[in-house]
Amino acid sequence: MKIRLRDIAHGRSGDKGDAANVGIIANDAKSYKLINKHITAEIVKKHFEGICFGNVERFELPNINALNFLLHNTLGGGGTVSLKHDAQGKTLAAALLRLEFEVD
Amino acid sequence: MKEKIRIASGQGFWGDLLDAPYQQVTKGEIDYLVMDYLAEVTMSILQKQKNRNPKHGYARDLPILMKKILPIIVEKKIKVITNGGGVNPVACADAILESAVELGIKEIKIAVVLGDDIKACLDEIVDSGNELNNMETGKSIKTVKDKILSANVYFGAFPIVEALEKDADIVITGRTTDTGLTLAPMIYEFGWKKDDYDLLSLGTVAGHILECGGQSTGGNFLGDWESIENLAEIGFPIAEAYPNGEVIITKHENTGGKVNFDTVAEQLVYEIGDPKEYITPDCVADFTSIKLEDLGNDRVKLFNVKGKPETEFYKVSCSYNDGYSAVGSLTYSWPQALTKAKAADKILRKRLENLNLKFDEIRSEYVGYNATHETLAKEIDEDNINEIVLRFAVRSHDRESVKRFGQEIAPLILTGPPSVTGFSGGRPKPNEVVAYWPALIPKKLVEPKVKLLELK
Repeated sequence: MKIRLRDIAHGRSGDKGDAANVGIIANDAKSYKLINKHITAEIVKKHFEGICFGNVERFELPNINALNFLLHNTLGGGGTVSLKHDAQGKTLAAALLRLEFEVD
Repeated sequence: MKEKIRIASGQGFWGDLLDAPYQQVTKGEIDYLVMDYLAEVTMSILQKQKNRNPKHGYARDLPILMKKILPIIVEKKIKVITNGGGVNPVACADAILESAVELGIKEIKIAVVLGDDIKACLDEIVDSGNELNNMETGKSIKTVKDKILSANVYFGAFPIVEALEKDADIVITGRTTDTGLTLAPMIYEFGWKKDDYDLLSLGTVAGHILECGGQSTGGNFLGDWESIENLAEIGFPIAEAYPNGEVIITKHENTGGKVNFDTVAEQLVYEIGDPKEYITPDCVADFTSIKLEDLGNDRVKLFNVKGKPETEFYKVSCSYNDGYSAVGSLTYSWPQALTKAKAADKILRKRLENLNLKFDEIRSEYVGYNATHETLAKEIDEDNINEIVLRFAVRSHDRESVKRFGQEIAPLILTGPPSVTGFSGGRPKPNEVVAYWPALIPKKLVEPKVKLLELK
């Protein structure tokens, strides 16, 4: 069965220098188990191909059903240098929610 | 000791809702109003203003706001803590004192926190062997030292605590961490110690939840955003702190927005790195230890926060000139809006190339298609698209190239693809690019100072 992340999670993203932080919060504990199992750093890196040019770090916050990703080399040089319309990565959480993944 | 204190956030950034602080001091009971004005870009803007006029260099909205709320905070004994002093907290405090005199207020104490501005002693610091290496690239600050605009250390809560101990009614700081503004009153009121790391971390996490204003009360909420009622009259967050290590995140009654598990959780993950190591000058908080309990009625309990000792360093943020940039845009309508915008982009690039201009980067985006999600944007059926905005941006260390780019946009209207509009704002002008240099400095090299100003 295919699940779209948007249907089981929400989140927020922002900037940390040239890295973007993308925090994803599962809607409940059951959904957290799913995202914790399936949303790996590799999958996120592949999802943001052509956007994230560095490595992706992944952190778990099981206490609030959340995962946090740091996407390095992503914001075109960071907040004030970047020519991007979304120089602070504000819409990247929504972009990650586009992700669809297979579950058993 | 007070049984509890209520700390209200009044601004999430410089430019936030102007009336939010007024709402916070009038719509319900609070003990402290905290306002965060400083983003990294703000410090360089303020430094430029101070270079032009030594009496400037702080958030000039702040004395205007204070004039409006001074009579209320004096009457209700609400203390105000803000980093809106920017690079000139003394001038900011003077302006507020002036307002107090005009309002006929007889007694008020304002404390300023000084010492964060290290621009004047950068040479000395570098000569003593601390090269303030860039935390991201590892390079020595010597590589940009001649272009430095501002250099500030991030202080934490304790200088503010010292100010409160001196009976300050208003505390104006320069570069202080956003979280320190909220943590300081808890330390002061409840007598928390420098090594109460769990308690300091609790106050720090509360500060993180408050520091972006309405972002924890339903603003910018990516969950079920349509369920958030009355954002037009959004209430800003309030931290109701208890001495034993609990904080209730809430907002005033009869305000819009929402405080629940989800709205608070979204703010918790905002702009964090490793959640186990949320580093501030006061402590290192562990965000994976945080427990949230939704109590209903716009009240969320924050508890069980664990923390570790602070590090031996302060973070320093320097800003420096790094060339020029400009952004221009044109709007193309149906039919073939995207195809036309892409054709215009190609023509413009060819013209810039023929002019032999020098650019470090050229970037074009299509608003209405891929300006936010880039490669993740879905292909669009052009016949169903009404319009597309071509957004074209350049960056260069050669100011003339950027200036000339600005002169090449408007001609596209008469010499490029048809049904184009949206060029009413004039030629894009070169903006100075201000880049950031994050570094660490041993705490022992910097000394925060608290200065008290009183009405006589």
